[in-house]
Amino acid sequence: MVSYLLRRLPQAALTMLVMSVVVFVGVFAIGNPVDILISPQATATERDNAIRALGLDLPIWQQYWSFLVNLFQGDVGRSFVFNVSALHLIMERLPATLELALASTLLGLVIGMPFGLYAGLAPNSRVSTSIMAGSILGFSLPSFWVGIVMIMLFSVHLGWLPSGGRGDTVYWLGARWSFLTTDGLAHMAMPVLNLALFQISMVIRLTRAGVREVILSDYVKFARAKGLTETRIILVHVLKNILIPVITVVGLNLGTVIAFAVVTETIFSWPGMGKLIIDSINVLDRPVIVAYLMLMVLMFVVINLLVDLAYMVLDPRVRLESR
Amino acid sequence: MTIEVRDLSTHFRLSAGTIKAVDGVSLSVRRGQILGLVGESGSGKTVTGFSIMRLVESPGFIAGGNILFQGTDLARISEEEMRRLRGNRIAMIFQDPMMTLNPVLRIDTQMVETIRAHEKTSREEALRRARDALGMVGIPSPEERLKAYPHQFSGGMRQRVAIAIAFLHKPDLIIADEPTTALDVTIQGQILAEVQKLTSKFGTSLIWISHDLSVVAALADEIAVMYAGRLVEQGKVGEVLDHPLHPYTKGLIDSVPNRNRRGAALNQIKGMTPSLADLPEGCSFRTRCPREAEICKQVPLTREWLHDHTARCHRPYHPTEDFT
Repeated sequence: MVSYLLRRLPQAALTMLVMSVVVFVGVFAIGNPVDILISPQATATERDNAIRALGLDLPIWQQYWSFLVNLFQGDVGRSFVFNVSALHLIMERLPATLELALASTLLGLVIGMPFGLYAGLAPNSRVSTSIMAGSILGFSLPSFWVGIVMIMLFSVHLGWLPSGGRGDTVYWLGARWSFLTTDGLAHMAMPVLNLALFQISMVIRLTRAGVREVILSDYVKFARAKGLTETRIILVHVLKNILIPVITVVGLNLGTVIAFAVVTETIFSWPGMGKLIIDSINVLDRPVIVAYLMLMVLMFVVINLLVDLAYMVLDPRVRLESR
Repeated sequence: MTIEVRDLSTHFRLSAGTIKAVDGVSLSVRRGQILGLVGESGSGKTVTGFSIMRLVESPGFIAGGNILFQGTDLARISEEEMRRLRGNRIAMIFQDPMMTLNPVLRIDTQMVETIRAHEKTSREEALRRARDALGMVGIPSPEERLKAYPHQFSGGMRQRVAIAIAFLHKPDLIIADEPTTALDVTIQGQILAEVQKLTSKFGTSLIWISHDLSVVAALADEIAVMYAGRLVEQGKVGEVLDHPLHPYTKGLIDSVPNRNRRGAALNQIKGMTPSLADLPEGCSFRTRCPREAEICKQVPLTREWLHDHTARCHRPYHPTEDFT
């Protein structure tokens, strides 16, 4: 396991390096922040001073080099707008997004697996066809539309749930969390469900497909021939095998959920990273954009690694011979 | 009599119509005896085995007949009563050892769960019995191997594990569905010897499903030949192989390569196995039969032509007839 990790680390570092170039050049290309940041009434000297202060007069490769040097010193730059460390700005917002993403992934598994299991075991029942039809809706309805409809229904008409914000938060493990208070949970309910809809549908389909395949396998027939109860066959023999693809896809998808929570966060004015990045792009706050994107790359790399490790735990065939 | 199957029919209801995969099969096995159930792929021999286990899956179902196991009709008992017999009094060994063990569960888990599905024993006691069972089928250092996963075993070793699992509760009947077909010839021999040893040790009856006449000739006491869902011939192994009555049985025997006829072309049964959805009227073998006659358009009945030797044929070979 350790040697496997050691072999993976240089790969991960190289990925990060390549991505940093792509991100940096990309952000450089989308526009000059000076045009937005400096007031139109500024004199030419003020303008030049500002450009020099931000380091924007240097050629791109020098800017990149200083960015890289700073990066290795743990400094991703300061926000042009807020004049605080970009990383600090993002980290402040991270718990809110993380909370949303993890809760919706959990919901996806908790709802998706039982429904998928049922749909796989009784594929021709009316309930199963309804579940599958529902999952198509979950896949195809745009989340911004579903979000707006949810607000219309639960906040405007019924008045059950608040339409935006995080509600009361509690300080725990160095960050503020909504899920520890009832008010916070009420605020989380809609955004989490909104974000989970796609994942529920995905888990249902994955689980169903897995069950349909595994249930026909010889080892399930053999388990029956051994006289095991149907409960044990499904909960141990079937479930453990379909857990492998489900964990892989859900795990890999977690990165996507975090990175693209933007839409949900915007609709429900959830003060997470997604909302921050949208605001930063609007004012071309380059250091924040770069730092955010680099963080996302790092996150994907780490999640990939974790999924591989989870795979090794679940599937003995993937485990290396020298355990 | 350990098992007596009477007039068993297993049908598959498909959109294209009902397929009679097993059509009126009757057979019986005495205690400690080995019955070889022989036939081509698709002849219904595997479905017969699964019907006895009551493991035929939808759209298949047992359409009729009795499966008397020590006096109890398996076709009539509840699913829970059947579960308590499976793996306990009636066990099954499958064809492909690479597929029968669950890849993500350790061997000890898969053995212990079998023991504890039928007996209230402690985990330690179950583990001890699992270890002894592995040792019994000739797996070296069973204590360590219990902790292993199926992919760490070779095909032959996995089949030994499956056999060990089948014998865990010293069943009265084992249904072995071509358990050596997927293995090397040398391993095949070892597995055969192992099964033979264990069945005689525990007095287990065995139904050995195979398409390999040479294996059945070496192993079985009796032989039953299936064709298109029906039993066409049944009797003592030596008797049937030396004096086949049914032209299909004779065709099967002639298809086995023989050292005495080196260089000569092998005899084949002409034509192909007919689709079960589209069987010829009357005797289903008649379109491929060298002895076909007008009468074969009527369904032949099973008849005891010789002592303890039955065939379902209008015009069987007579034992005095010269085959060459």
